[in-house]
Amino acid sequence: MVTLGQYLIVSGLLFTIGFAGVLLRRNIIIIFMSLELMLNAANLSLVAFSRFRLGVDGMPNYNAQVFVFFIITVAAAEVAVGLAIIVALYRARQTTHVEDINSLKF
Amino acid sequence: MSPILFWLFAFVMLVFGAAVVINRNPIASALSLVVCFMGLSALFISLDAFFIGIIQVLVYAGAVMVLFLFIIMLLDLRVEERRKINLVAFVGGLAVAFALFVQICFVVDQLGAAKQAFPSLRAAKMDDVHNVGLLLFTNYNLPFQIIGVLVLVATIGVVVLSKRELR
Repeated sequence: MVTLGQYLIVSGLLFTIGFAGVLLRRNIIIIFMSLELMLNAANLSLVAFSRFRLGVDGMPNYNAQVFVFFIITVAAAEVAVGLAIIVALYRARQTTHVEDINSLKF
Repeated sequence: MSPILFWLFAFVMLVFGAAVVINRNPIASALSLVVCFMGLSALFISLDAFFIGIIQVLVYAGAVMVLFLFIIMLLDLRVEERRKINLVAFVGGLAVAFALFVQICFVVDQLGAAKQAFPSLRAAKMDDVHNVGLLLFTNYNLPFQIIGVLVLVATIGVVVLSKRELR
């Protein structure tokens, strides 16, 4: 028997891995991947709650799934823009290491 | 929702999620992220969210990861050279992340519903795509159109960013 709490703990663990990646890694592309991990951890808990709270017709609560659909769309757009910014940054500075990018204006 | 399958896919997802952070080679990280998202999509399907599970594979493993690999190969990133680790920042980051996880465990423990199993579905057949689509085009029609504009803005922004001449 799988309970709601187990899904929430797994989702929290995935979020923590992504959070640790953002804090500990210094490669900007890995930081970006860790951001994706955190977004998907939030999606997992949303879908778990959607399955847990059934609607009156005995079906999952689809509002949460529409919300997850929006999050995936926004995340895909965010990846496109973010990677374009990283490429522009790389063309200007020839590095993806965040500690080498420490001036506001150059 | 078999518990064995749940633990198997949760384990795969978490191990490869950790591999994303631990790997020093960006390409290995990106490929670990694909496997992590596959495990996540299996968990979505175990929650009867078939549409979201398929979208997860198509959008993330299909589109986003190809974009990541493309950029990594375009920038020709190799295995990172080892640098001196700032030990205080490293330990501090680990401690903050651990504190966050303890906090999440505490909140889940407080939640009374967390100890209940999932109720069984009453419906005979799952019209997953039909139901999500119906909601998307009725209740959430305006947000859906705004998302369309957002994707257009992102497209234009990416074109402008890549074409602009940098000094």
